[in-house]
Amino acid sequence: MNALGVPVLAAINAQVVVDAIGLGATYALMAVGIGLVFGILRLVNFAYGQLIMAGAYTLAYTSSWPLGASIAACFAVVIALSLAMEVSVFRPLREQSPTVMLVTTFAISFVLQSVALLIDIRDDQIGEPASSVTSLNVPITIDGVDVRKVTIVAVLAAVGALGALALLLGRTEIGLRTRAAAADFRTARMLGVRANQVITLAVVLSGALAAAVAVILTVQTPFVTPDFALHDTIIVLVGVVVGGIDRLWTATLGGFLIGFTSGMVNGALPTDSTVYLPSVVFTLVIGVLLLRPAGLFVRGRSSVVDRV
Amino acid sequence: MLEIAGLTVSYGGAPAVRDVSITVGKGEIVGLIGPNGAGKSTTLHAVMGLVAAAGGEIRLAGESLPRRTPEAVTRSGISLVPEGRRIFADLTVEENLRLGLSGRRSREGGAQDIESVYALFPVVGEFRRRRAGVLSGGQQQQLAIARALVAGPDVLLLDEPSLGLAPKIVDVVFETLAEIRTRGITVLLVEQRAQRTVAFADRTYLMANGEIRLTMTPADASDTDTMVAAYLS
Repeated sequence: MNALGVPVLAAINAQVVVDAIGLGATYALMAVGIGLVFGILRLVNFAYGQLIMAGAYTLAYTSSWPLGASIAACFAVVIALSLAMEVSVFRPLREQSPTVMLVTTFAISFVLQSVALLIDIRDDQIGEPASSVTSLNVPITIDGVDVRKVTIVAVLAAVGALGALALLLGRTEIGLRTRAAAADFRTARMLGVRANQVITLAVVLSGALAAAVAVILTVQTPFVTPDFALHDTIIVLVGVVVGGIDRLWTATLGGFLIGFTSGMVNGALPTDSTVYLPSVVFTLVIGVLLLRPAGLFVRGRSSVVDRV
Repeated sequence: MLEIAGLTVSYGGAPAVRDVSITVGKGEIVGLIGPNGAGKSTTLHAVMGLVAAAGGEIRLAGESLPRRTPEAVTRSGISLVPEGRRIFADLTVEENLRLGLSGRRSREGGAQDIESVYALFPVVGEFRRRRAGVLSGGQQQQLAIARALVAGPDVLLLDEPSLGLAPKIVDVVFETLAEIRTRGITVLLVEQRAQRTVAFADRTYLMANGEIRLTMTPADASDTDTMVAAYLS
Protein backbone atom coordinates (compact mmCIF):
# COMPACT_ATOMS: atom_id res chain seq x y z
CA MET A 1 0.00 0.00 0.00
CA ASN A 2 1.13 3.55 -0.61
CA ALA A 3 0.09 6.62 1.35
CA LEU A 4 -3.28 6.80 -0.43
CA GLY A 5 -4.16 3.24 0.52
CA VAL A 6 -4.14 2.06 -3.11
CA PRO A 7 -2.64 -1.38 -3.51
CA VAL A 8 0.62 -1.43 -5.40
CA LEU A 9 1.06 -4.10 -7.99
CA ALA A 10 3.71 -6.58 -7.04
CA ALA A 11 5.98 -7.72 -9.82
CA ILE A 12 4.36 -10.45 -11.89
CA ASN A 13 6.91 -13.19 -12.07
CA ALA A 14 7.09 -16.66 -13.52
CA GLN A 15 5.86 -18.14 -10.25
CA VAL A 16 2.62 -16.19 -10.48
CA VAL A 17 2.12 -17.20 -14.11
CA VAL A 18 2.68 -20.89 -13.36
CA ASP A 19 0.21 -20.84 -10.47
CA ALA A 20 -2.32 -18.90 -12.58
CA ILE A 21 -2.07 -21.50 -15.35
CA GLY A 22 -2.67 -24.24 -12.78
CA LEU A 23 -5.78 -22.50 -11.47
CA GLY A 24 -6.96 -21.81 -15.01
CA ALA A 25 -6.55 -25.48 -15.94
CA THR A 26 -8.53 -26.59 -12.88
CA TYR A 27 -11.34 -24.16 -13.64
CA ALA A 28 -11.30 -25.22 -17.29
CA LEU A 29 -11.97 -28.81 -16.17
CA MET A 30 -14.92 -27.61 -14.09
CA ALA A 31 -16.16 -25.54 -17.01
CA VAL A 32 -16.13 -28.61 -19.27
CA GLY A 33 -18.08 -30.57 -16.66
CA ILE A 34 -20.69 -27.84 -16.33
CA GLY A 35 -20.74 -27.12 -20.09
CA LEU A 36 -21.24 -30.77 -21.09
CA VAL A 37 -24.40 -31.13 -19.03
CA PHE A 38 -25.64 -27.69 -20.07
CA GLY A 39 -25.10 -28.56 -23.73
CA ILE A 40 -27.40 -31.58 -23.56
CA LEU A 41 -29.92 -30.73 -20.84
CA ARG A 42 -29.88 -26.90 -21.00
CA LEU A 43 -29.38 -27.20 -17.28
CA VAL A 44 -27.01 -24.98 -15.29
CA ASN A 45 -26.03 -27.34 -12.52
CA PHE A 46 -25.35 -25.16 -9.51
CA ALA A 47 -24.83 -28.34 -7.47
CA TYR A 48 -21.70 -29.17 -9.49
CA GLY A 49 -19.53 -27.90 -6.63
CA GLN A 50 -21.12 -30.38 -4.24
CA LEU A 51 -20.07 -33.25 -6.50
CA ILE A 52 -16.53 -31.98 -6.02
CA MET A 53 -17.13 -31.58 -2.28
CA ALA A 54 -18.36 -35.19 -2.07
CA GLY A 55 -15.20 -36.29 -3.85
CA ALA A 56 -13.06 -34.29 -1.45
CA TYR A 57 -14.75 -35.85 1.59
CA THR A 58 -14.23 -39.28 0.04
CA LEU A 59 -10.52 -38.50 -0.24
CA ALA A 60 -10.51 -37.32 3.39
CA TYR A 61 -12.33 -40.37 4.74
CA THR A 62 -10.10 -42.74 2.77
CA SER A 63 -6.86 -41.00 3.78
CA SER A 64 -5.55 -44.21 5.32
CA TRP A 65 -5.96 -46.08 2.03
CA PRO A 66 -3.27 -46.28 -0.64
CA LEU A 67 -3.36 -43.13 -2.79
CA GLY A 68 -4.59 -44.94 -5.90
CA ALA A 69 -7.45 -46.64 -4.05
CA SER A 70 -8.43 -43.37 -2.41
CA ILE A 71 -8.58 -41.59 -5.77
CA ALA A 72 -10.52 -44.50 -7.32
CA ALA A 73 -13.06 -44.27 -4.47
CA CYS A 74 -13.35 -40.53 -5.10
CA PHE A 75 -14.18 -41.15 -8.79
CA ALA A 76 -16.67 -43.90 -7.91
CA VAL A 77 -18.53 -41.79 -5.35
CA VAL A 78 -18.69 -38.66 -7.52
CA ILE A 79 -19.83 -40.48 -10.68
CA ALA A 80 -22.44 -42.42 -8.69
CA LEU A 81 -23.72 -39.20 -7.09
CA SER A 82 -23.81 -37.50 -10.47
CA LEU A 83 -25.87 -40.35 -11.94
CA ALA A 84 -28.16 -40.38 -8.88
CA MET A 85 -28.82 -36.66 -9.38
CA GLU A 86 -29.72 -37.26 -13.03
CA VAL A 87 -32.02 -40.21 -12.42
CA SER A 88 -33.80 -38.92 -9.32
CA VAL A 89 -34.14 -35.22 -10.11
CA PHE A 90 -33.05 -34.07 -13.58
CA ARG A 91 -34.85 -36.83 -15.50
CA PRO A 92 -38.30 -36.27 -13.91
CA LEU A 93 -37.87 -32.51 -14.40
CA ARG A 94 -36.51 -32.71 -17.93
CA GLU A 95 -39.58 -31.13 -19.55
CA GLN A 96 -39.68 -28.26 -17.06
CA SER A 97 -38.40 -24.75 -17.69
CA PRO A 98 -34.70 -23.94 -17.19
CA THR A 99 -35.70 -21.72 -14.26
CA VAL A 100 -37.30 -24.63 -12.41
CA MET A 101 -34.26 -26.79 -13.08
CA LEU A 102 -31.81 -24.10 -11.95
CA VAL A 103 -33.69 -23.48 -8.71
CA THR A 104 -33.82 -27.24 -8.15
CA THR A 105 -30.04 -27.48 -8.46
CA PHE A 106 -29.75 -24.70 -5.85
CA ALA A 107 -31.86 -26.85 -3.53
CA ILE A 108 -29.74 -29.94 -4.26
CA SER A 109 -26.62 -27.91 -3.57
CA PHE A 110 -27.83 -26.89 -0.12
CA VAL A 111 -29.20 -30.35 0.71
CA LEU A 112 -25.85 -31.93 -0.12
CA GLN A 113 -23.98 -29.33 1.93
CA SER A 114 -26.29 -30.01 4.88
CA VAL A 115 -25.88 -33.76 4.55
CA ALA A 116 -22.12 -33.32 4.38
CA LEU A 117 -22.24 -31.23 7.55
CA LEU A 118 -24.25 -33.94 9.36
CA ILE A 119 -21.70 -36.57 8.39
CA ASP A 120 -18.73 -34.33 9.12
CA ILE A 121 -19.95 -33.11 12.56
CA ARG A 122 -20.06 -36.61 14.05
CA ASP A 123 -16.54 -36.05 15.47
CA ASP A 124 -17.71 -32.68 16.92
CA GLN A 125 -15.49 -30.77 14.53
CA ILE A 126 -16.28 -29.22 11.19
CA GLY A 127 -13.79 -30.16 8.52
CA GLU A 128 -11.76 -33.24 7.75
CA PRO A 129 -8.11 -33.35 6.68
CA ALA A 130 -7.29 -35.21 3.47
CA SER A 131 -3.74 -36.16 4.24
CA SER A 132 -3.05 -38.90 1.68
CA VAL A 133 -3.02 -36.59 -1.31
CA THR A 134 -0.61 -34.05 0.19
CA SER A 135 2.29 -35.92 -1.42
CA LEU A 136 1.16 -34.29 -4.67
CA ASN A 137 1.79 -30.88 -3.16
CA VAL A 138 5.58 -31.22 -3.14
CA PRO A 139 7.16 -28.53 -5.30
CA ILE A 140 9.68 -29.26 -8.01
CA THR A 141 12.01 -26.35 -8.61
CA ILE A 142 12.51 -25.63 -12.29
CA ASP A 143 14.78 -22.71 -13.12
CA GLY A 144 14.04 -21.00 -9.82
CA VAL A 145 10.28 -21.42 -10.14
CA ASP A 146 8.51 -23.72 -7.73
CA VAL A 147 6.15 -25.87 -9.71
CA ARG A 148 4.06 -28.00 -7.42
CA LYS A 149 3.32 -31.49 -8.60
CA VAL A 150 -0.36 -30.73 -8.43
CA THR A 151 0.05 -27.86 -10.87
CA ILE A 152 1.61 -30.28 -13.33
CA VAL A 153 -1.19 -32.76 -12.60
CA ALA A 154 -3.83 -30.05 -13.09
CA VAL A 155 -2.41 -28.93 -16.42
CA LEU A 156 -1.87 -32.49 -17.66
CA ALA A 157 -5.34 -33.55 -16.47
CA ALA A 158 -6.93 -30.56 -18.21
CA VAL A 159 -5.05 -31.11 -21.47
CA GLY A 160 -5.59 -34.88 -21.32
CA ALA A 161 -9.28 -34.61 -20.46
CA LEU A 162 -9.91 -32.05 -23.17
CA GLY A 163 -8.00 -34.11 -25.73
CA ALA A 164 -9.84 -37.30 -24.81
CA LEU A 165 -13.15 -35.46 -24.89
CA ALA A 166 -12.39 -33.95 -28.30
CA LEU A 167 -11.60 -37.45 -29.62
CA LEU A 168 -14.73 -38.92 -28.07
CA LEU A 169 -17.01 -36.19 -29.40
CA GLY A 170 -15.29 -35.84 -32.76
CA ARG A 171 -14.41 -39.39 -33.72
CA THR A 172 -17.05 -41.74 -32.32
CA GLU A 173 -20.69 -42.33 -33.20
CA ILE A 174 -21.83 -41.75 -29.61
CA GLY A 175 -19.85 -38.50 -29.72
CA LEU A 176 -21.60 -37.49 -32.94
CA ARG A 177 -24.97 -38.25 -31.37
CA THR A 178 -23.98 -36.23 -28.29
CA ARG A 179 -23.00 -33.23 -30.43
CA ALA A 180 -26.28 -33.49 -32.32
CA ALA A 181 -28.23 -33.70 -29.06
CA ALA A 182 -26.41 -30.62 -27.80
CA ALA A 183 -27.28 -28.69 -30.97
CA ASP A 184 -30.94 -29.74 -31.25
CA PHE A 185 -32.11 -32.37 -28.80
CA ARG A 186 -35.61 -32.72 -30.21
CA THR A 187 -34.45 -33.33 -33.77
CA ALA A 188 -31.74 -35.71 -32.60
CA ARG A 189 -34.34 -37.80 -30.76
CA MET A 190 -36.58 -37.69 -33.79
CA LEU A 191 -33.75 -39.26 -35.79
CA GLY A 192 -33.51 -42.10 -33.30
CA VAL A 193 -30.82 -40.83 -30.92
CA ARG A 194 -31.64 -42.30 -27.51
CA ALA A 195 -32.07 -39.40 -25.11
CA ASN A 196 -31.12 -41.34 -21.99
CA GLN A 197 -27.97 -42.71 -23.60
CA VAL A 198 -26.43 -39.35 -24.50
CA ILE A 199 -27.57 -37.75 -21.24
CA THR A 200 -26.04 -40.58 -19.21
CA LEU A 201 -22.78 -40.20 -21.12
CA ALA A 202 -22.68 -36.46 -20.45
CA VAL A 203 -23.51 -36.97 -16.77
CA VAL A 204 -20.84 -39.65 -16.29
CA LEU A 205 -18.16 -37.57 -18.06
CA SER A 206 -19.18 -34.52 -16.07
CA GLY A 207 -18.92 -36.56 -12.85
CA ALA A 208 -15.49 -37.89 -13.80
CA LEU A 209 -14.28 -34.33 -14.37
CA ALA A 210 -15.70 -33.27 -10.97
CA ALA A 211 -13.77 -36.14 -9.37
CA ALA A 212 -10.55 -35.05 -11.07
CA VAL A 213 -11.12 -31.51 -9.85
CA ALA A 214 -11.81 -32.85 -6.34
CA VAL A 215 -8.36 -34.47 -6.32
CA ILE A 216 -6.64 -31.30 -7.56
CA LEU A 217 -8.45 -28.93 -5.17
CA THR A 218 -7.97 -31.25 -2.21
CA VAL A 219 -4.24 -31.28 -2.80
CA GLN A 220 -4.24 -27.49 -2.76
CA THR A 221 -6.67 -27.19 0.16
CA PRO A 222 -6.38 -30.42 2.17
CA PHE A 223 -8.90 -29.31 4.79
CA VAL A 224 -12.36 -30.37 3.53
CA THR A 225 -15.47 -28.55 4.75
CA PRO A 226 -19.14 -28.66 3.57
CA ASP A 227 -18.66 -25.48 1.53
CA PHE A 228 -15.64 -26.98 -0.27
CA ALA A 229 -15.52 -25.87 -3.94
CA LEU A 230 -18.65 -23.73 -3.52
CA HIS A 231 -16.77 -20.49 -4.12
CA ASP A 232 -14.84 -22.01 -7.05
CA THR A 233 -18.08 -23.23 -8.66
CA ILE A 234 -19.63 -19.77 -8.54
CA ILE A 235 -16.51 -18.28 -10.14
CA VAL A 236 -16.46 -20.99 -12.83
CA LEU A 237 -20.18 -20.52 -13.57
CA VAL A 238 -19.45 -16.85 -14.09
CA GLY A 239 -16.45 -17.74 -16.27
CA VAL A 240 -18.56 -20.12 -18.34
CA VAL A 241 -21.16 -17.43 -19.03
CA VAL A 242 -18.43 -14.89 -19.78
CA GLY A 243 -16.84 -17.27 -22.28
CA GLY A 244 -20.16 -18.30 -23.84
CA ILE A 245 -22.14 -21.15 -22.30
CA ASP A 246 -23.69 -22.20 -25.61
CA ARG A 247 -20.61 -23.98 -26.84
CA LEU A 248 -18.30 -26.30 -24.99
CA TRP A 249 -15.06 -24.74 -26.16
CA THR A 250 -16.11 -21.16 -25.41
CA ALA A 251 -17.33 -22.25 -21.96
CA THR A 252 -14.02 -24.02 -21.38
CA LEU A 253 -11.99 -21.01 -22.47
CA GLY A 254 -14.14 -18.86 -20.17
CA GLY A 255 -13.37 -21.19 -17.26
CA PHE A 256 -9.67 -21.11 -18.00
CA LEU A 257 -9.64 -17.36 -18.45
CA ILE A 258 -11.35 -16.56 -15.15
CA GLY A 259 -9.04 -18.97 -13.30
CA PHE A 260 -5.97 -17.57 -14.99
CA THR A 261 -7.12 -13.98 -14.41
CA SER A 262 -7.84 -14.68 -10.74
CA GLY A 263 -4.39 -16.21 -10.39
CA MET A 264 -2.69 -13.28 -12.08
CA VAL A 265 -4.63 -10.63 -10.13
CA ASN A 266 -3.97 -12.52 -6.93
CA GLY A 267 -0.26 -12.59 -7.74
CA ALA A 268 -0.20 -8.96 -8.76
CA LEU A 269 -1.82 -7.77 -5.55
CA PRO A 270 0.48 -7.52 -2.55
CA THR A 271 -0.22 -10.14 0.09
CA ASP A 272 -1.98 -7.65 2.36
CA SER A 273 -4.30 -6.57 -0.46
CA THR A 274 -5.69 -9.87 -1.71
CA VAL A 275 -9.07 -8.85 -0.27
CA TYR A 276 -9.35 -6.77 -3.44
CA LEU A 277 -9.30 -9.92 -5.62
CA PRO A 278 -13.05 -10.59 -5.93
CA SER A 279 -13.89 -6.94 -6.56
CA VAL A 280 -11.23 -6.66 -9.29
CA VAL A 281 -12.20 -9.95 -10.97
CA PHE A 282 -15.95 -9.37 -10.85
CA THR A 283 -15.60 -5.78 -12.05
CA LEU A 284 -13.78 -7.20 -15.05
CA VAL A 285 -16.62 -9.72 -15.46
CA ILE A 286 -19.26 -6.98 -15.48
CA GLY A 287 -17.22 -5.04 -18.03
CA VAL A 288 -16.93 -8.07 -20.31
CA LEU A 289 -20.62 -8.89 -20.03
CA LEU A 290 -21.59 -5.30 -20.83
CA LEU A 291 -19.47 -5.39 -23.96
CA ARG A 292 -20.07 -9.00 -25.03
CA PRO A 293 -23.29 -10.26 -23.41
CA ALA A 294 -23.45 -13.37 -25.59
CA GLY A 295 -20.00 -14.45 -24.46
CA LEU A 296 -16.45 -13.24 -24.91
CA PHE A 297 -15.55 -15.93 -27.45
CA VAL A 298 -18.90 -16.17 -29.24
CA ARG A 299 -19.05 -14.88 -32.78
CA GLY A 300 -22.27 -13.13 -33.72
CA ARG A 301 -25.42 -13.35 -31.68
CA SER A 302 -26.10 -16.21 -29.35
CA SER A 303 -29.41 -17.85 -28.59
CA VAL A 304 -28.37 -18.28 -24.97
CA VAL A 305 -30.72 -15.51 -23.87
CA ASP A 306 -33.69 -17.61 -24.93
CA ARG A 307 -32.44 -20.67 -23.20
CA VAL A 308 -31.53 -19.60 -19.70
CA MET B 1 -49.59 -49.52 -43.07
CA LEU B 2 -50.14 -46.40 -40.94
CA GLU B 3 -53.41 -45.87 -39.13
CA ILE B 4 -54.16 -42.78 -37.10
CA ALA B 5 -57.37 -43.50 -35.22
CA GLY B 6 -59.34 -40.88 -33.31
CA LEU B 7 -56.29 -38.74 -32.57
CA THR B 8 -56.88 -35.80 -30.24
CA VAL B 9 -54.18 -33.34 -29.13
CA SER B 10 -54.65 -30.36 -26.83
CA TYR B 11 -52.35 -27.45 -26.14
CA GLY B 12 -53.08 -25.97 -22.72
CA GLY B 13 -56.68 -27.16 -22.77
CA ALA B 14 -57.40 -25.90 -26.28
CA PRO B 15 -57.84 -28.76 -28.76
CA ALA B 16 -55.43 -28.50 -31.70
CA VAL B 17 -56.39 -31.83 -33.28
CA ARG B 18 -59.87 -33.31 -32.78
CA ASP B 19 -60.70 -36.95 -33.42
CA VAL B 20 -58.59 -37.22 -36.57
CA SER B 21 -58.47 -40.58 -38.35
CA ILE B 22 -56.21 -41.12 -41.34
CA THR B 23 -55.31 -44.43 -42.94
CA VAL B 24 -52.35 -44.75 -45.29
CA GLY B 25 -52.09 -48.06 -47.10
CA LYS B 26 -48.76 -49.72 -47.89
CA GLY B 27 -46.98 -47.86 -50.67
CA GLU B 28 -49.61 -45.13 -50.80
CA ILE B 29 -48.96 -41.41 -50.80
CA VAL B 30 -51.54 -39.54 -48.79
CA GLY B 31 -51.66 -35.75 -48.72
CA LEU B 32 -52.76 -33.53 -45.85
CA ILE B 33 -53.51 -29.92 -46.75
CA GLY B 34 -55.14 -27.02 -44.97
CA PRO B 35 -54.54 -23.48 -43.73
CA ASN B 36 -51.95 -22.52 -41.13
CA GLY B 37 -52.94 -23.66 -37.66
CA ALA B 38 -55.22 -26.39 -38.99
CA GLY B 39 -53.36 -29.02 -36.95
CA LYS B 40 -51.43 -30.70 -39.77
CA SER B 41 -47.98 -30.46 -38.18
CA THR B 42 -49.43 -31.29 -34.78
CA THR B 43 -50.85 -34.50 -36.24
CA LEU B 44 -47.38 -35.50 -37.50
CA HIS B 45 -45.77 -34.50 -34.20
CA ALA B 46 -48.27 -36.62 -32.28
CA VAL B 47 -47.48 -39.63 -34.47
CA MET B 48 -43.76 -39.11 -33.76
CA GLY B 49 -44.29 -38.72 -30.02
CA LEU B 50 -42.98 -35.15 -30.15
CA VAL B 51 -46.22 -33.96 -28.54
CA ALA B 52 -48.43 -35.99 -26.23
CA ALA B 53 -51.80 -37.15 -27.55
CA ALA B 54 -54.85 -36.67 -25.32
CA GLY B 55 -56.62 -39.53 -27.04
CA GLY B 56 -56.53 -41.92 -29.96
CA GLU B 57 -54.26 -44.59 -31.26
CA ILE B 58 -51.45 -44.89 -33.80
CA ARG B 59 -51.03 -48.26 -35.49
CA LEU B 60 -48.14 -49.32 -37.70
CA ALA B 61 -48.74 -52.45 -39.80
CA GLY B 62 -51.67 -53.28 -37.53
CA GLU B 63 -49.66 -53.02 -34.32
CA SER B 64 -50.43 -50.26 -31.87
CA LEU B 65 -47.45 -48.08 -31.01
CA PRO B 66 -47.44 -48.12 -27.21
CA ARG B 67 -45.39 -45.64 -25.17
CA ARG B 68 -44.29 -43.20 -27.83
CA THR B 69 -40.96 -41.47 -27.49
CA PRO B 70 -39.55 -39.94 -30.68
CA GLU B 71 -36.59 -42.33 -30.73
CA ALA B 72 -38.83 -45.39 -30.24
CA VAL B 73 -41.22 -44.33 -33.02
CA THR B 74 -38.32 -43.79 -35.42
CA ARG B 75 -36.84 -47.15 -34.53
CA SER B 76 -40.19 -48.81 -35.18
CA GLY B 77 -40.09 -47.63 -38.81
CA ILE B 78 -41.59 -44.14 -39.08
CA SER B 79 -39.35 -41.22 -40.08
CA LEU B 80 -40.23 -37.54 -40.16
CA VAL B 81 -38.77 -34.90 -42.46
CA PRO B 82 -39.53 -31.93 -40.22
CA GLU B 83 -40.73 -28.51 -41.22
CA GLY B 84 -37.82 -26.14 -41.68
CA ARG B 85 -35.59 -29.14 -42.47
CA ARG B 86 -33.84 -29.11 -39.09
CA ILE B 87 -30.50 -30.20 -40.42
CA PHE B 88 -27.46 -29.87 -38.16
CA ALA B 89 -25.74 -26.86 -39.70
CA ASP B 90 -22.44 -27.29 -37.84
CA LEU B 91 -22.09 -30.95 -38.76
CA THR B 92 -20.98 -32.19 -42.17
CA VAL B 93 -23.47 -33.52 -44.68
CA GLU B 94 -22.13 -37.02 -44.08
CA GLU B 95 -22.44 -36.65 -40.29
CA ASN B 96 -26.07 -35.60 -40.74
CA LEU B 97 -26.66 -38.79 -42.68
CA ARG B 98 -24.84 -40.91 -40.09
CA LEU B 99 -27.19 -39.48 -37.48
CA GLY B 100 -30.04 -40.70 -39.64
CA LEU B 101 -28.66 -44.22 -39.17
CA SER B 102 -29.48 -43.99 -35.43
CA GLY B 103 -33.11 -44.70 -36.32
CA ARG B 104 -32.42 -47.98 -38.13
CA ARG B 105 -33.88 -51.19 -36.85
CA SER B 106 -30.84 -53.14 -37.98
CA ARG B 107 -27.24 -51.98 -37.98
CA GLU B 108 -26.51 -53.77 -41.22
CA GLY B 109 -26.88 -52.09 -44.57
CA GLY B 110 -26.45 -48.53 -43.30
CA ALA B 111 -23.40 -47.79 -45.43
CA GLN B 112 -25.17 -49.07 -48.57
CA ASP B 113 -28.20 -46.94 -47.80
CA ILE B 114 -26.01 -43.87 -47.50
CA GLU B 115 -24.48 -44.69 -50.90
CA SER B 116 -27.96 -45.15 -52.32
CA VAL B 117 -29.14 -41.71 -51.16
CA TYR B 118 -25.99 -40.22 -52.71
CA ALA B 119 -27.21 -41.81 -55.96
CA LEU B 120 -30.71 -40.42 -55.43
CA PHE B 121 -29.42 -36.96 -54.48
CA PRO B 122 -26.12 -36.39 -56.33
CA VAL B 123 -25.77 -32.92 -54.83
CA VAL B 124 -25.83 -34.40 -51.31
CA GLY B 125 -23.02 -36.77 -52.27
CA GLU B 126 -21.04 -33.98 -53.87
CA PHE B 127 -21.06 -31.93 -50.65
CA ARG B 128 -20.67 -34.84 -48.25
CA ARG B 129 -17.59 -33.39 -46.53
CA ARG B 130 -18.93 -29.84 -46.32
CA ARG B 131 -20.72 -28.27 -43.38
CA ALA B 132 -24.43 -28.76 -43.92
CA GLY B 133 -25.02 -25.10 -43.07
CA VAL B 134 -23.42 -23.92 -46.31
CA LEU B 135 -25.96 -25.80 -48.45
CA SER B 136 -28.77 -23.86 -50.16
CA GLY B 137 -32.34 -24.29 -48.98
CA GLY B 138 -33.16 -26.79 -51.70
CA GLN B 139 -30.01 -28.78 -51.02
CA GLN B 140 -30.77 -28.80 -47.30
CA GLN B 141 -34.25 -30.11 -48.04
CA GLN B 142 -32.76 -32.94 -50.08
CA LEU B 143 -30.38 -33.67 -47.22
CA ALA B 144 -33.29 -33.74 -44.75
CA ILE B 145 -35.16 -36.24 -46.94
CA ALA B 146 -31.99 -38.29 -47.46
CA ARG B 147 -31.37 -38.32 -43.70
CA ALA B 148 -34.86 -39.69 -43.07
CA LEU B 149 -34.44 -42.33 -45.81
CA VAL B 150 -31.19 -43.81 -44.46
CA ALA B 151 -33.14 -44.89 -41.37
CA GLY B 152 -34.86 -47.36 -43.72
CA PRO B 153 -38.41 -46.36 -42.80
CA ASP B 154 -41.63 -48.12 -43.80
CA VAL B 155 -43.48 -44.82 -43.45
CA LEU B 156 -42.12 -41.39 -44.30
CA LEU B 157 -43.84 -38.30 -42.88
CA LEU B 158 -43.00 -35.02 -44.61
CA ASP B 159 -43.90 -31.66 -43.09
CA GLU B 160 -44.10 -28.99 -45.80
CA PRO B 161 -41.02 -30.06 -47.77
CA SER B 162 -41.56 -27.36 -50.42
CA LEU B 163 -41.83 -24.48 -47.93
CA GLY B 164 -39.65 -21.53 -48.91
CA LEU B 165 -38.22 -23.19 -52.01
CA ALA B 166 -38.06 -21.78 -55.55
CA PRO B 167 -40.52 -23.35 -58.03
CA LYS B 168 -37.75 -25.26 -59.83
CA ILE B 169 -36.58 -26.77 -56.55
CA VAL B 170 -40.16 -27.66 -55.64
CA ASP B 171 -40.20 -29.70 -58.86
CA VAL B 172 -37.10 -31.54 -57.66
CA VAL B 173 -38.76 -32.29 -54.32
CA PHE B 174 -41.86 -33.73 -55.99
CA GLU B 175 -39.70 -35.76 -58.40
CA THR B 176 -37.93 -37.17 -55.37
CA LEU B 177 -41.25 -38.10 -53.79
CA ALA B 178 -42.21 -39.87 -57.01
CA GLU B 179 -38.95 -41.84 -56.82
CA ILE B 180 -39.66 -42.69 -53.18
CA ARG B 181 -43.09 -43.96 -54.24
CA THR B 182 -41.43 -46.46 -56.61
CA ARG B 183 -39.47 -47.85 -53.63
CA GLY B 184 -42.70 -48.87 -51.93
CA ILE B 185 -42.28 -46.46 -49.02
CA THR B 186 -45.56 -45.27 -47.55
CA VAL B 187 -45.81 -41.47 -47.45
CA LEU B 188 -47.92 -39.00 -45.49
CA LEU B 189 -47.29 -35.58 -46.99
CA VAL B 190 -48.28 -32.32 -45.29
CA GLU B 191 -48.21 -29.48 -47.81
CA GLN B 192 -49.34 -25.91 -48.40
CA ARG B 193 -49.36 -26.34 -52.19
CA ALA B 194 -52.87 -27.73 -52.31
CA GLN B 195 -53.44 -28.32 -56.00
CA ARG B 196 -50.10 -29.91 -56.60
CA THR B 197 -50.54 -32.22 -53.62
CA VAL B 198 -54.05 -33.30 -54.65
CA ALA B 199 -52.79 -34.09 -58.16
CA PHE B 200 -49.78 -36.02 -56.85
CA ALA B 201 -51.12 -38.00 -53.89
CA ASP B 202 -53.34 -41.08 -54.09
CA ARG B 203 -55.71 -39.31 -51.71
CA THR B 204 -55.63 -35.94 -49.98
CA TYR B 205 -57.36 -34.83 -46.81
CA LEU B 206 -58.31 -31.24 -46.14
CA MET B 207 -57.82 -30.29 -42.53
CA ALA B 208 -59.18 -27.18 -40.79
CA ASN B 209 -59.59 -26.27 -37.13
CA GLY B 210 -58.12 -29.58 -36.05
CA GLU B 211 -60.56 -31.72 -38.02
CA ILE B 212 -60.60 -33.57 -41.34
CA ARG B 213 -63.17 -31.80 -43.51
CA LEU B 214 -62.85 -33.33 -46.95
CA THR B 215 -61.18 -36.13 -48.91
CA MET B 216 -59.98 -35.44 -52.44
CA THR B 217 -58.56 -37.60 -55.24
CA PRO B 218 -56.33 -36.65 -58.20
CA ALA B 219 -59.53 -36.23 -60.26
CA ASP B 220 -60.34 -33.22 -58.07
CA ALA B 221 -57.00 -31.53 -58.78
CA SER B 222 -58.34 -28.92 -61.20
CA ASP B 223 -61.11 -27.98 -58.77
CA THR B 224 -58.94 -27.98 -55.66
CA ASP B 225 -59.02 -24.26 -55.01
CA THR B 226 -62.80 -23.91 -55.32
CA MET B 227 -63.43 -27.03 -53.20
CA VAL B 228 -61.04 -25.89 -50.50
CA ALA B 229 -62.51 -22.38 -50.52
CA ALA B 230 -66.04 -23.77 -50.25
CA TYR B 231 -65.20 -25.94 -47.26
CA LEU B 232 -63.24 -23.31 -45.41
CA SER B 233 -65.78 -20.52 -45.80
